[in-house]
Amino acid sequence: MTLEAIRLDGVEKSFGAVRALAGVDLVVSAGECLGLVGHNGAGKSTLMHVLTGTLSPDKGSLAVGGVTVSGEWSAAASQRAGIRCVFQELSLCPNLSVAENARIMHSPLRGFGWKKRASDLIRAKLDEIFPGHGIDPDDEIADLPIGKRQMAEIARAFTVMSDPLRLVILDEPTSSLDAVTAEQLLAYIGKETAKGTAVILISHLLGEILSASNRIVVMKDGKSVAERPADGFDRMSLVAAMGSEGHGSSSHSTSIVSSTGTSPVLVKAHPDASKTGPELVVRKGEVIGLAGLAGHGQTRTLLQIFSRDHASVEAPMSFIAGDRQSDGIFNLWSIARNVTIRSLKSFTRFGLIDPDAEARLAEEWKSRMAIRTPDMDNNILTLSGGNQQKALFARALASDATVILMDDPMRGVDIGTKLEVYDMIRTEAANGRSFIWYTTEFDELAYCDRVYVFRNGKISDEINAGSISEERILQASFAESAA
Amino acid sequence: MINRRYLRAALPFLSLAIVLAATFYVQPRTMSYFGLNLMLQYAIPIALATIAQMFIITVNDLDLSIGPFVGLVGCISATLLLNDPLLGILALLACIAAYGLVGALIHIRNLPSIVVTLGLSFVWLGIAVLILPSPGGKAPMWLKAIMSYQTPWVPLPIIAAILIGGIVHVALMTSSFGVIGRGAGGNPKALQRAGWSMLKTKVAMFTIAGFFGVLAGLSLLGLTTSADAHVADRYTLYSIAGVILGGGEFIGGRVSPMGSVVGALTLALAGAFLIFLKISPDWQIGAQGAILIIVLAMRALITGGEARR
Repeated sequence: MTLEAIRLDGVEKSFGAVRALAGVDLVVSAGECLGLVGHNGAGKSTLMHVLTGTLSPDKGSLAVGGVTVSGEWSAAASQRAGIRCVFQELSLCPNLSVAENARIMHSPLRGFGWKKRASDLIRAKLDEIFPGHGIDPDDEIADLPIGKRQMAEIARAFTVMSDPLRLVILDEPTSSLDAVTAEQLLAYIGKETAKGTAVILISHLLGEILSASNRIVVMKDGKSVAERPADGFDRMSLVAAMGSEGHGSSSHSTSIVSSTGTSPVLVKAHPDASKTGPELVVRKGEVIGLAGLAGHGQTRTLLQIFSRDHASVEAPMSFIAGDRQSDGIFNLWSIARNVTIRSLKSFTRFGLIDPDAEARLAEEWKSRMAIRTPDMDNNILTLSGGNQQKALFARALASDATVILMDDPMRGVDIGTKLEVYDMIRTEAANGRSFIWYTTEFDELAYCDRVYVFRNGKISDEINAGSISEERILQASFAESAA
Repeated sequence: MINRRYLRAALPFLSLAIVLAATFYVQPRTMSYFGLNLMLQYAIPIALATIAQMFIITVNDLDLSIGPFVGLVGCISATLLLNDPLLGILALLACIAAYGLVGALIHIRNLPSIVVTLGLSFVWLGIAVLILPSPGGKAPMWLKAIMSYQTPWVPLPIIAAILIGGIVHVALMTSSFGVIGRGAGGNPKALQRAGWSMLKTKVAMFTIAGFFGVLAGLSLLGLTTSADAHVADRYTLYSIAGVILGGGEFIGGRVSPMGSVVGALTLALAGAFLIFLKISPDWQIGAQGAILIIVLAMRALITGGEARR
């Protein structure tokens, strides 16, 4: 049986300068479980959003059940075509009950007695997938622990009403499930695919991918780079496929001479509350990288250090946000104000700001960071994204902070700006500043003296500059199975 | 945890019972058909305005124009509806449609509803003053008749409150379309991913709010019998307070129709209670604010205990 459930031909999608999907060809046959793996930024989530109709591709075509989609592709159309998705960040309404959330997915659930039908539908599916689940359809989502919410959402995705079920996409479905329920889910995937439903399984647990899927596609830089039947892969070859061939021996980090082994320790922190895992240590003048898959505790750890919560920090700190728009810039202020806000104390006299000193500081950092603007008094939004990020770096570097926390600050920044900022980081580190740098890009780890790889909120590996390699980071990011 | 949820849901009813008991204690003569009718009659328009506000709050917006809107409806009804019923009905329908358009505008342009409705409150007031420059006009006879109807045994305001609360409860809390409305407040993204249009949902909710705003204006006019553009200016705050007193939350699609009606009754009753206590009207708003703070503090205590567990 080689009926195809879904086919993508040359699908491309860009966000500004970032190419999230660079021509993806993908076929999922009916009754197949396709494993999809890839590191951060490989394009997995963009691909899913295209499939579920929440993003429309710039180029390429999509065929459902062998028929090319010609009209408008939307969330409603995807829903009608029988495509469901369990997103990693759950998409249930917390103020509604389990049954009511089922109603949101199925428009035929209306009219007299809909609540009973919705309850029966979701209860039957929960019983089928997770026997002994202990969830009442009348339970409000907000009252359920995270694991049960995930179970409810998974069960909801598999419920069938008038629209046929064609494809279910599961994005990290077991991230909040315990070992027993995760096992139940994997067993159910087998049963469901035998009935002809296609499943796309995305997981960082390679054991899960290898055992549950029939075929595995590896994505990298917005393309599928390897595709084989599941038994053609093992853990090592999967990890190798996710890395890039050219990077295998990338050790251009040798340019950094690590002479910081004896300098004073500035930061000590335990990323996990239980304090069982390894500790994060930062010495004066070090550039520390935080790596691993997105959302595995890196940002949380940065915030934990910044708020000195279960962390001992012996120096003033500054935080450079990754999400410029929501956490970084004051978008009604001038560039100068945005740069100097962190250093107000140094030029305040009798509680008032000395405007000349403020302007001098802004001008100094305009030239040091090469912020491209005719006038620092212009609004911050007149700058390009890269230059806005430079202004945020200037804010941190102009301050008295000696420990700089960076939360993936180079997202969506052009390469020219990046190289300038890397230089700046190296210079500042040589002058004794320390950097803790969460990054989702391998190339940036080359600028680090030491890298901590995160997995499930814990440090899973600590790698010194000499031995940083993409393969080792991938190894540490992907677990064999749930711990 | 379940106990706390029930406790929380019972809080608005408890508040009403306490205020009612206090009123009876201070002025035992109110404990009669006539007394209750007199004390609670203005609760009907407040309850309807509160329900209107509740539909807006359900989708995480806030309506700062409901008071002047109620005033405008009064002015239209005391002039246009009285003299030319067809034109009057058309004008009222246009008011409802305007609410739907506001919802569309807020959603499409992604504007803060507080700013839009604050601006609109002056627009409504302006139109109302244009229609009726000085207080006057007359309520249509049928409207007066409805509002002064003497129901047997139980006073009209109580029956009306139960009816309003019950109907809206069925529509919003138990119907399959109400689920979509509340879901839009709980997690708009999830709703869109399931193929629903946020635009349509918001327009629907705002239109319903406009409908209840019109009902509030009509019922108020039936009681006052003549109109004034400023008569309902306080309703904006009353309606927000009513929803919150009734157990609603500003964001997250958590509202309670029954609670909101009870909250509106509590506010109306609190006004009467303070008069019986011979508290000067200047202090009344402050005293009502104090009641609001006390109830919210109790709710925070209950919820806080929930979070600690």
